[in-house]
Formats: sequence, C-alpha cells, structure tokens
Amino acid sequence: MKPAPFTLHSPSTLDETLEVLEELGDDAKVLAGGQSLIPMLNMRLAAPAHLVDVNGVRELATVSASASGVRVGALARHTQVLRDAGAAAAVPLLPQALSLVAHPVVRNRGTTVGSLVHADPSGEMTAVLALLGGSLELRSRTRTRTVGADAFFLGPLEADLQPGELAVSATFPALPPRSGTAFREVARRHGDYAVCGVAAAVTLDAAGRVERAAVSYISMTPTPVVVDATDAVSGRLWDAADWAAAARSCGDAVDPEPDLHASAAYRRHLGTVLTRQALSEAAAHARTATDAPLETAGGAA
Amino acid sequence: MTSLDAEQRVEVALTVNGLPRAATVPSRRLLSDFLRHDLRLPGTHVGCEHGVCGACTVLLDGEPVRACLMFAASARGHEITTVEGLSEPDGALSPVQQAFRECHGLQCGFCTSGFLTTATAYLEENPAPTRDEVVEAISGNLCRCTGYQNIVASVLRAAELRRERAAGQAS
Repeated sequence: MKPAPFTLHSPSTLDETLEVLEELGDDAKVLAGGQSLIPMLNMRLAAPAHLVDVNGVRELATVSASASGVRVGALARHTQVLRDAGAAAAVPLLPQALSLVAHPVVRNRGTTVGSLVHADPSGEMTAVLALLGGSLELRSRTRTRTVGADAFFLGPLEADLQPGELAVSATFPALPPRSGTAFREVARRHGDYAVCGVAAAVTLDAAGRVERAAVSYISMTPTPVVVDATDAVSGRLWDAADWAAAARSCGDAVDPEPDLHASAAYRRHLGTVLTRQALSEAAAHARTATDAPLETAGGAA
Repeated sequence: MTSLDAEQRVEVALTVNGLPRAATVPSRRLLSDFLRHDLRLPGTHVGCEHGVCGACTVLLDGEPVRACLMFAASARGHEITTVEGLSEPDGALSPVQQAFRECHGLQCGFCTSGFLTTATAYLEENPAPTRDEVVEAISGNLCRCTGYQNIVASVLRAAELRRERAAGQAS
C-alpha cells in the first residue's frame, strides 16, 4: 500500500507553517504524528494534494503545566505528555487516559493535539478535553481563536478547523481542589479502539460529600458530550453514594449505535457498568486528593 | 492529485545504524520502504502497513516507532536503528537477539525484527521488568505463529543477559 502522490512542505517555524497553510488553503493537510493520517493515506482513504509536515517546528513540541491546567503544544507526542510529572500532578486524567491510547510505540509518535483535531469518537483525548471543559487554540496567519471542546467537535472525524488554520495547542484545565478522575474502557483487543470508554470526574466538599459528578464517553456518542451525574449522588458521602444509580441516570443521556463489534444494547450495558466503576474510582481518587481528614459512611476517617 | 510524472522528489539524509546515508526519493516514500528498497536494508519487515502489527518497528533517536507510519522525509537529520544495527560492534548477538535464540523466541521470523527493536528500546528504559510489564511492552507487536510465551520468556532472559554482560564488563 502506498499513499497517492502529494507535494510535501516542511516548514521549520510556526510563522512559515501559517504562511504555507494560508497559501494552500483547502488543498493542504497538516502532518504531525501521522498515526491516524498515514494509515488513511496508505489505504487511500485520503489523498490530499499537499502535506504540511510540522515535525520540524520544534517550538510546538511543548508541554507546560501550572496549577490552573496543562497546555499541550501541537507537536507534543502522547508519550511526552504521559511522562510529564507536572502535567500528571495538575491533570491526573491526562496520564489515566493516555496510557489507554493505542500502544506505547504508537504513542511515541502520535500527538495529543493531532488526536483531538482528528475528532475520532473513539479517541480517548476527545472525552478528556470535553469533560475538563478544555479548548484548542487555532491560529491562521491573520487571526487566533480559542474554541471550547463543546464547539470544536462537529461530528465524527469533523472538527471546527478552517482552511489556513493550525491547531497550535490544547488546554486541559485543572479541576477544583478535592476532585478526582478516572478513565475506564473495554476494547476487543488490548490497545484497540474501545467498544465503550468513560472518563469520570468527581468533586467533593470539605466534609467528603459529593458536590459534582460528571462523565464523558468515547465510542458511544458522535461527539464527546458531558453528562452530569450529580443529581443521584449530591450531598452523599463519597463512599456511600449510590454510584450505580448515578450510572443509570447517565445511560439515559446516550444513544449508542450498533456496529461490527458491539450491538447497541451491549454498548449501553458496558456504558452503565463502566460509568459506575469510573465514578466510584474517581470518588476514591478525590478522597485521596483531599488534605484534611474526611468522614466516611462508617464514621470519622 | 499530483501527476506521477511531476511527482515531487526530496533528498533524505539521515543516520542509519551509525552510518550517514542519503537518497533522493518521492516525498510519499514511507520510511519502511525507504529502508528496504532505497537503502537495501530488508531486515525491517512490512506487515500491515497501517500501524497494527508492529513488524516494521525501528528506533528513531532510540525510541521505537512504526516505520510504515512515517515518511522517509520526516526522518531527515535523525538517527534510525534497524534490526541490522542491533548486534554488538564485533558482530556478536545483542542480549535481546541472544535471548530470542536461546528461548526459541521466533518461529517463522516475520515479526521478529519488530519484537527485537521494541524489546531493545524497552529494556533500556526498564532494565528489570516483571512478566506483566513485558507483556504490556510488547502488546503492540503481533506474532501470527502465536509464539508469545517464548517471546515473553526471551525478553525476560534478555534482561538477565544484559545484567550478566554488564557484570562481566565491570569485573
């Protein structure tokens, strides 16, 4: 299998990249990690006339973490983000989800921003960005705009990226204090696209009672929606909350499609089970993220 | 689409197994095909050509990557190590190669170069892995002879051999 011929552009700075992208407009496709794009080229599912290879634009290979969140540059590989201690401390959901993205060898090359722009409904990072209320910074030669996850994903494999624009970074905001997260998924084979996956976040109050609980799915919805699960568990102690009821309430908000790998009913079943597991794991994680001793359902901790 | 006659060609200069190499190739040349056809290094095997099987795994600046999911042009200026570059300078088998031979870690051999490169890089990162860690580390490589038991044993044995050789050099 060989890609169809194309003209390759290899800029070495961001300014050069934006110039080339403006000049080529609709005919250009950006090549970063290539772990989704090159299979599509090899199978000739895509045949762009021009490829703009940004692998030489070193200024985009950044991961910067602060108390408010993590900003990931367009050329940061999944592995680089996964190994970043600052990123893991600020946004633990990043390493939790990244360790489920494909296999280590693919993560060495694939980029986190690239997987967001690819907008695959099975891509773990789409659900992570949505759940955290993150955003992408899109830049063209003439303007810069920031688009939130709720507006960026338009449909399967379709994102709000205009001709001439480059997604230069993604920002994953940190959750409030006393928050915990988890990512659970089931795949037919290790490292494959998940049949169903759930990202969960739980925030507790100072006494260890649930303040907010929410989830986001992969392989269940065409774009990553955030489902609020707070009602069923609000005000309950973290280890006494009825996470199964919360999971059932989330199930009503998604309408998965059947495919070769799973019927809609099986997918729905997985969704409920994984949601319960992820929420309860996130609650336990929130508990350990809390400094002060907390009450448990069994009495003072 | 660009017509074949007018197809763009690019100069690719890089280091392969410690030696500077260069060739002028079409921009769409995959790194896997570049190594096999242009540089005549057929040890890198081409299985699925969409990143699933891991047979084409090579080391890019020491880190394992899929050679079928990279264009040769993107490797310009980088260091590539293929299975041909794994042996010791005197031609002796590397610990990983030696272990695969001792533990019968290969059957038909098609997937082997990908396993060798993946395991070589992994043991650099984690010189004393557990069995579970080895299984995770090679999870991106497929063996259609299904010889995984012996492959896992080989990687664990390779870790031992690395330690033995390091101890031998120290004494």
